[in-house]
Amino acid sequence: MLELNNIYKYYNPGTVSEVCLFKDFNLKITDNEFVSVVGSNGSGKTSMLNIICGSIPIDRGQILINDADITKMKEFKRQRRIGRVYQNPALGTCPHMTVLENMAIADNKGKPFNLRFGTNRSRIDYYRDSLKSLKLGLEDKMNLKVGSLSGGQRQAMALLMTIMTPIDFLILDEHTAALDPKTADLIMEITGNIVREKKLTTIMVTHNLRYAIQYGNRLLMMHQGEAIMDKNAAQKEAMCVEDILEVFNRISIECGN
Amino acid sequence: MFTYMYNLFSSIDNQRGSILIQGLIFAILALGVYITYKILDFPDLSVDGTFPLGAAVTAVMITKGVNPFVTLPVAFLCGAFAGMLTGLIHVKLKVRDLLAGIIISTALYTVNLRIAGKSNVPFFSKDTIFTGGAIGKLFGDMNSTVTRIIVVAIIVVLLKVLLDLYLKTRSGYLLRATGDNSTLVTSLGKDKGLVKILGLSIANGLAALAGCIYAQDQSYFDVSMGTGMVMLGLASVIIGISVFRGIRFMKPTTAVVIGSVIYKLCIAVAIAAGLGANDLKLVYSVLFLVILVSTRERRKKVKENA
Repeated sequence: MLELNNIYKYYNPGTVSEVCLFKDFNLKITDNEFVSVVGSNGSGKTSMLNIICGSIPIDRGQILINDADITKMKEFKRQRRIGRVYQNPALGTCPHMTVLENMAIADNKGKPFNLRFGTNRSRIDYYRDSLKSLKLGLEDKMNLKVGSLSGGQRQAMALLMTIMTPIDFLILDEHTAALDPKTADLIMEITGNIVREKKLTTIMVTHNLRYAIQYGNRLLMMHQGEAIMDKNAAQKEAMCVEDILEVFNRISIECGN
Repeated sequence: MFTYMYNLFSSIDNQRGSILIQGLIFAILALGVYITYKILDFPDLSVDGTFPLGAAVTAVMITKGVNPFVTLPVAFLCGAFAGMLTGLIHVKLKVRDLLAGIIISTALYTVNLRIAGKSNVPFFSKDTIFTGGAIGKLFGDMNSTVTRIIVVAIIVVLLKVLLDLYLKTRSGYLLRATGDNSTLVTSLGKDKGLVKILGLSIANGLAALAGCIYAQDQSYFDVSMGTGMVMLGLASVIIGISVFRGIRFMKPTTAVVIGSVIYKLCIAVAIAAGLGANDLKLVYSVLFLVILVSTRERRKKVKENA
């Protein structure tokens, strides 16, 4: 379970350009929830993910994972139990290392990085099988540098690498936004399967309202640092893309855009 | 076997031999620069200080009568310590990479002077790794240039193989990942700062080791011998990598070692063409610029990662 309690976050504090993003922000995500998060640019979606992962510090408040306070925990330590896929496919893989080496390095997450051989030969078949499940032909390209793959292939690999070791949370930060519609559909399908199979607690930020409706069992809409809409699975079932668009239009009229 | 080797190398005269020796010695430095510049993507300038640091430590130990083979690990550790300081300044105090290197290399100038006691320490009459101990007995009656080539070649090959093996370990993978995509290292739950410090330590350890062997080859220490070492290492790395780019099976470390010898050859050609010792640094610079421009190595990496 993840809890954000009374979060305050100011950008450029103490200057004329001071911006208050979160003011007493609260959010509770229980186990096995798949939360889709939508909202306009600057509404605080990615900032929320950054706060959970520890990429940006908060000014006040408390972050709890399974009742343990991780507010002061360093980013790299938090990420041991969190998997994150970024919008940019380049951020999830190492371009100058081969597909096999990338899989191996992800497989070693949580283990000591000592002087044992980086690629465990006995795991190669497992890597090949999991690459095969992506249906992108990556299993035949194990010795190719990842930098030579397409964005979709890299993003699929990034997703696979993220969930290779046991994690408490999967965080998807607009992970299909940089892909063409067909590849995006494919990646979303893979994502859905993985989340269902591994019963992962997931937070997915997306600008694609169709995905927000289609996937997940909870829908959150962010606006000016607040969750202005929070629908559970049953309410979400009854919603369609137009309903979300209508809320979008209403709030943009309210704030005068 | 050694007679066979002797016959093989006896055709090498002293002048050509010393080009090869120096090329191989600087290959050790180049392997270090390869780690920082190519693997970690960290422009490390502290090498200018750690190379003479290794030489200074060696000069003092050898004049005090310490076994010359002991100087090798000691020089490596001294360099690794200095590299660690560069890393700590960059990572913990958040000083920019270039500046952290400048701070350490400038500070090391004084440190090197303090260690050596004066700006120039010759030790021509002392035993070195090339003349002392078992090596002296083994090669005692042979052409000294050949002995030197064999000794340096063994050390270089050993270091190259060790580095290749290291880069295949989990720790080595992490080092490569840090230069490639530091976000991923954080995602793996590892502190990328620590990995950088580790890489800088190994690289500067190698630089100091090169300084140690260079001092023993020349039998003197000079406080200014570090000037231009960054460039020399970089030039070797870039030549090696770009000349052998098309050859798949060749490891980059091998390419770097050969690149270093090629670079020394280029300089030897320039000297043979009539340039004097005082013109050397200018030759280094111009040659480096030519290499940079001709190989299009100028910050290509930034684009690739974008």
